Amino acid sequence: MSNITLRVYRGNSSGGQMVSYEVPKAPGMVVLDAIHYIQKNLDTTLACRWNCKAAKCGSCSAEIDGKPRLMCKTSVEDYPEGVITVGPVRAFPILKDLVTDVSWNFRIASKIPPLQVREEAAGKPFVLQQVDVDRVQEFRKCIECFLCQDVCHVIREHNRKDAFFGPRQMVRIAGLEMHPMDDLNRREQLRAEAGVGMCNITKCCTEVCPEHIHITDNAIIPMKERVVDDYFDPVSGLLRTLGVLPKRTKKPFKSVPNEQTVIVGNTTLAAK
Amino acid sequence: MENYDVYEYDVLIIGSGGAGLRAAIAAREAGCKVGVVCKSLLGKAHTVMAEGGVAAALANMTNPDGSKEADSWKVHFVDTMKGGAFLNNWRIVEIFAKEAPQRVLELEQYGAVFDRTPEGLIAERPFGGHKYRRLNHVGDRTGLEIIRTLQDKAVGVGINVHMEVTCTRLLKNADRVVGVLGYYRESGRYIVLKAKAVVLATGGWGRMFKYTSNSWEGTGDGLMMAYEAGAELLDMEMIQFHPTGMVWPPGMRGILVTEGVRGEGGVLRNKKGERFMFNPDYMPPLYKGQFADTEEEGARWLEDKQNNRRPPELLPRDVVARAIYREVEAGNGSEHGGVYLDVTHRGAEYIKRKLPSMYEQFHAMGGVDITKEPMEVYPTIHYTMGGIRVEPESCATTVPGLFAAGEVAAGLHGANRLGGNSLSDIIVFGKRAGEAAAAFAASAKQGEIDDTQIEEEQNYLMSPLLSASGENPYTIHQELQENMQKNAMIARTEAGLLEALEKIQELQKRAEHLHVDGDRFFNPGWHAARDIRFMLKTSEVIVRCALERKESRGAQWRLDYREMDNADWGKKNLIASKQEDRVQITAVPLQEMPEELKKLFEEVK
Repeated sequence: MSNITLRVYRGNSSGGQMVSYEVPKAPGMVVLDAIHYIQKNLDTTLACRWNCKAAKCGSCSAEIDGKPRLMCKTSVEDYPEGVITVGPVRAFPILKDLVTDVSWNFRIASKIPPLQVREEAAGKPFVLQQVDVDRVQEFRKCIECFLCQDVCHVIREHNRKDAFFGPRQMVRIAGLEMHPMDDLNRREQLRAEAGVGMCNITKCCTEVCPEHIHITDNAIIPMKERVVDDYFDPVSGLLRTLGVLPKRTKKPFKSVPNEQTVIVGNTTLAAK
Repeated sequence: MENYDVYEYDVLIIGSGGAGLRAAIAAREAGCKVGVVCKSLLGKAHTVMAEGGVAAALANMTNPDGSKEADSWKVHFVDTMKGGAFLNNWRIVEIFAKEAPQRVLELEQYGAVFDRTPEGLIAERPFGGHKYRRLNHVGDRTGLEIIRTLQDKAVGVGINVHMEVTCTRLLKNADRVVGVLGYYRESGRYIVLKAKAVVLATGGWGRMFKYTSNSWEGTGDGLMMAYEAGAELLDMEMIQFHPTGMVWPPGMRGILVTEGVRGEGGVLRNKKGERFMFNPDYMPPLYKGQFADTEEEGARWLEDKQNNRRPPELLPRDVVARAIYREVEAGNGSEHGGVYLDVTHRGAEYIKRKLPSMYEQFHAMGGVDITKEPMEVYPTIHYTMGGIRVEPESCATTVPGLFAAGEVAAGLHGANRLGGNSLSDIIVFGKRAGEAAAAFAASAKQGEIDDTQIEEEQNYLMSPLLSASGENPYTIHQELQENMQKNAMIARTEAGLLEALEKIQELQKRAEHLHVDGDRFFNPGWHAARDIRFMLKTSEVIVRCALERKESRGAQWRLDYREMDNADWGKKNLIASKQEDRVQITAVPLQEMPEELKKLFEEVK
């Protein structure tokens, strides 16, 4: 059986280089299989993340021939030349080889309060029609592979992690904002610390999403509209004051009540 | 001894799947300072891979005549005991069946968004061994929904999360567990987590088998840490072979195909095109008369569940797995050595809506369009019914200060788990374990850490890096997998099990002299060196228990003892514990079920 050549990034925060490995090709082989072959047979020190090997957990994100993809879902047959370049995602600091420090995503996530159920629905089984939850369910398909974060210009090119939560968290907030039972005014967070205005709708995130979530069209754009509607549109503001449009009824946003959540990783410790 | 970082908690949770996160929420809500250890990143534990649904008798589904299906905790109790071939702990099952509905509804309050019925309630689907539609689901990604919901809720209540830390040894002070030693996978640096109470929620172990739906994490480390600390293990011979794992391509072998495919009407056929599950030889006496006799009735059942019986594809997992095995052994297998699972008759639109991740998995990674062609499937190692012996009410192990919940604990599923019961297990007993650990912590002080235990473990961990030469842990792992697959899989014999044991002992000797290259920075070879020793010990316990139980029951299928021995073996569990360096196996009698529960078996026929 023929071989393929994997050019894999080997290195850490102080630098590294691409190293080539010859891997025997097997039917239906995916890039993660080839990486596992290297680990078992050629170099046991090669670092990568993986869990389910079925595109459900979002652990094995990498840049394959420069494109952000899941290694478990990328067939080696897609590269007929037989040479495949595999590197770490570049929007996050490298730890070793294909492993990067993605803990920022988890720290940001802990700033988003979970569902706050409307008083009249609290403690009772929800009565919700399927059509009313279809959209929210689309957002909840997210497997947190962070490929959308990796490809987002605001994060990748401009490193504005201080000003924008990124597409993943836009999808998360959209799932709460559009949840029929949620009672928290999420638009305040969207406008301010989450920075929905930073997105310039290039749709790169949507393109790389392995779950095919319409991140830009279904999550970010509607939320931009809602924020504009609430904070920047003088006409609807006036109509609301006059009682022509309904007043906002959701509870004012509070940040996560408990500031005690800490995501501990080596990097956090090093920063201490 | 090398220095280590120290953290102190009231309650420490090892494991961050559904059971661990639910325990963390409960302990935090009880006012404790809580730490959670994840072996991977947060939200990537095995719960994320669960597909079909969470079993709880909400009785939301409507019959054609407008009445509700007559589901209740009682029926769920009976189904679970029958499915487990009565080896289950009845009290654990009783608590479970009663509390599962509340726990599912609570998830909804936390933010989970389940599929809906036309009346707007949570939709429930049929599954193997469940009499009524009982699997509350979100398409075929229910586990993802549950872990994400619990993850968001847990960080919302305020906890410390230690990501990518592998724990290798529970630290004891006299009899009591007072903390754990681990290392950061990133740097290899040591960490000691001290706690007044520890909850183990480390999941199952499948990596010692060649074909498994488990990820790299399923090495039995949590189980073995408890065993080394003196905890008793229960029913270790009982390992679930999920009937439908992927067969082709080779890299996907063993990856799970949800039972939801059969729940949604998928049928099994051999290469001759026969619906072999209708073969009366495969029907266990316990279920006779309760399933459709003809393909026509099975087809009618799809539309009218009130007046027709379920097709036999929905028998419990152990039954279906054995039937597939026997078909393939008889030469009726498919092209790549499995059987065919066909759901094409449900139409492309329906399949993509109800089974989206199966469609995607086969389409992207298997080169098969399941709306047009059948899948090829074969049993795969999926779940471990056995595990740490716990108290039904509190999830306390036999070691003070140590609690266990979820797949690592035993007693709920008996000899075979029904699909969907694992997801309700983790929320019911995750909560109970968290509460009991919080109560224990309230009346306990932090224990003293004994540095000699730490030094001993550090030396053990370091030996493969410091040795000049030795075996590659991956080689030993591969030989162990071949051995377990061949000798301890679905069909077991004394000769095969003895061969397995001999091989394990040989590998254990070889594993005393390992060598790995590199340093401690995210070094998979180094991690594998510790993992293989956990896996070898776990395998030894499995095989010894399988040898001991001389009957066929649930997942334990002995070709040399084909009958279910209700008079003797059906009345006892096997317990494994550490005596010096030896695995001691003791048979203990099952607890007698109270009369009011026994009556249920007549009541809910």
